[in-house]
Amino acid sequence: MTILKISGLFYTRDGNTILNDINIEIDSGEFITVTGSSGSGKSTFLKMCGDLISPDMGNLFYKNKNYLEWNPYELRRKIAYLFQTPSFFFDSVYENMEYPFSLRKEPVNKERILELLNKVNLKEDILKQNIINLSGGEKQRLSLIRSLIFLPEVLLLDEITSALDYDNTLITEKLIKEISEQGVTIFWVTHDKDQSRKYANRILNFDSGKVKEEKL
Amino acid sequence: MSQEVDISFIGLMISSSLVFIALALSSYQKLDLGKDMIVSIARAIIQLTLIGYILEYVFGVDNLFFTSALLLVIIFNASLNAAKRGTGIKNAFYASFAAILTGTSITIFVLVLSGIIKYEAYQIVPVGGMIISNSMIALGLSYRGLLASFKDKREEIQTKLSLGADIYEASKFIIRDSIKTGMMPTIDSAKTMGIVALPGMMTGLILAGVSPLDAIKYQIMVVFMILSTTTISSVIAIFLTYKVFYNERKQLI
Repeated sequence: MTILKISGLFYTRDGNTILNDINIEIDSGEFITVTGSSGSGKSTFLKMCGDLISPDMGNLFYKNKNYLEWNPYELRRKIAYLFQTPSFFFDSVYENMEYPFSLRKEPVNKERILELLNKVNLKEDILKQNIINLSGGEKQRLSLIRSLIFLPEVLLLDEITSALDYDNTLITEKLIKEISEQGVTIFWVTHDKDQSRKYANRILNFDSGKVKEEKL
Repeated sequence: MSQEVDISFIGLMISSSLVFIALALSSYQKLDLGKDMIVSIARAIIQLTLIGYILEYVFGVDNLFFTSALLLVIIFNASLNAAKRGTGIKNAFYASFAAILTGTSITIFVLVLSGIIKYEAYQIVPVGGMIISNSMIALGLSYRGLLASFKDKREEIQTKLSLGADIYEASKFIIRDSIKTGMMPTIDSAKTMGIVALPGMMTGLILAGVSPLDAIKYQIMVVFMILSTTTISSVIAIFLTYKVFYNERKQLI
């Protein structure tokens, strides 16, 4: 089943063409890595898929319904986007993990939080910690699980392991693989050639706003 | 007032010698401020003389509509000025106008209702001027805070949006900080009132012969009215402006 259909995307900023007629169809459950040099348009493309920016021309469809017809808040809960540098709010880790529940006005499911913490090798104690005391690796792992508390249908990852050490990268990869196996569609922007081939069934290579596909 | 205040013209001339001392010092120290000082003094004299005549006229007319119209003109000018600090916020002028108008109206309504002041030009114009100028400064600061935060916190806002937050939820922390930034001078000045400086209105009343114990009552009223007007205006202005940082699709622009 096609989960995302991207047709004729154009995006220009300050006279530069960032995306130049992008057309792709993605089936539910695909694992796609996105590669390309910096400035090739891959981050812009990913943000567009996450409904954080809109194209100048062209359309995106989620489950055959144009993005513009979806309520943006509802759509973004189905399509999660993660930045290379994670952002945290409030003071404590706990408040951040509670945030997705409070956005949905649902009671906090502590079990779910602990289950996810366990998957990324973090202990319950970390919930009490202040954000400023976290390491880069802890931040990235916590940011990932914050987006997974309510499992999205599409997960957009923008170079989330590029600043991580080997161990943190392995833990992150393992969880993403597991999420993929649960049927979540993954878009993963990465510079790491091995990483891009290890899990993906398709590679999208961006070059000057154009995209080339490689099936694996 | 317990005694008549009158400054003779000759007295004023003699006091102007203070300016010559300043000019002499400036020239001796090569501060290069001579021209600026003369211009500023000339402007102060001309502007104050003009406003003196205007107020003399306005207080003489003392018509309800005329007084209200004058307040509107002051609010209009203050909104223009506040909007300048909010360059980049499309609706800054309209938001400022609505905010200051509401804040001022509520405060004046309560003050008139309480019987502390009368809706007469000689009371409404100076009181209005005081609260409007304070609101203007508060709004200017709030706008700068808003602009800076929306620029610096893009990823934080977009992360919240991506987690499914609506634009109010994603901007709440910026809204709060910006309102606080605008309110800070008002709160600080209220905190130090009487310890650091005697406020202008109180000083004026004391010079005019009012007993300090009566003067403080007025000053306390001034603290109340400035605090209420700046708070009301800042909250309204920021709530009216934060949405322009998003497009129709609820994306951060």
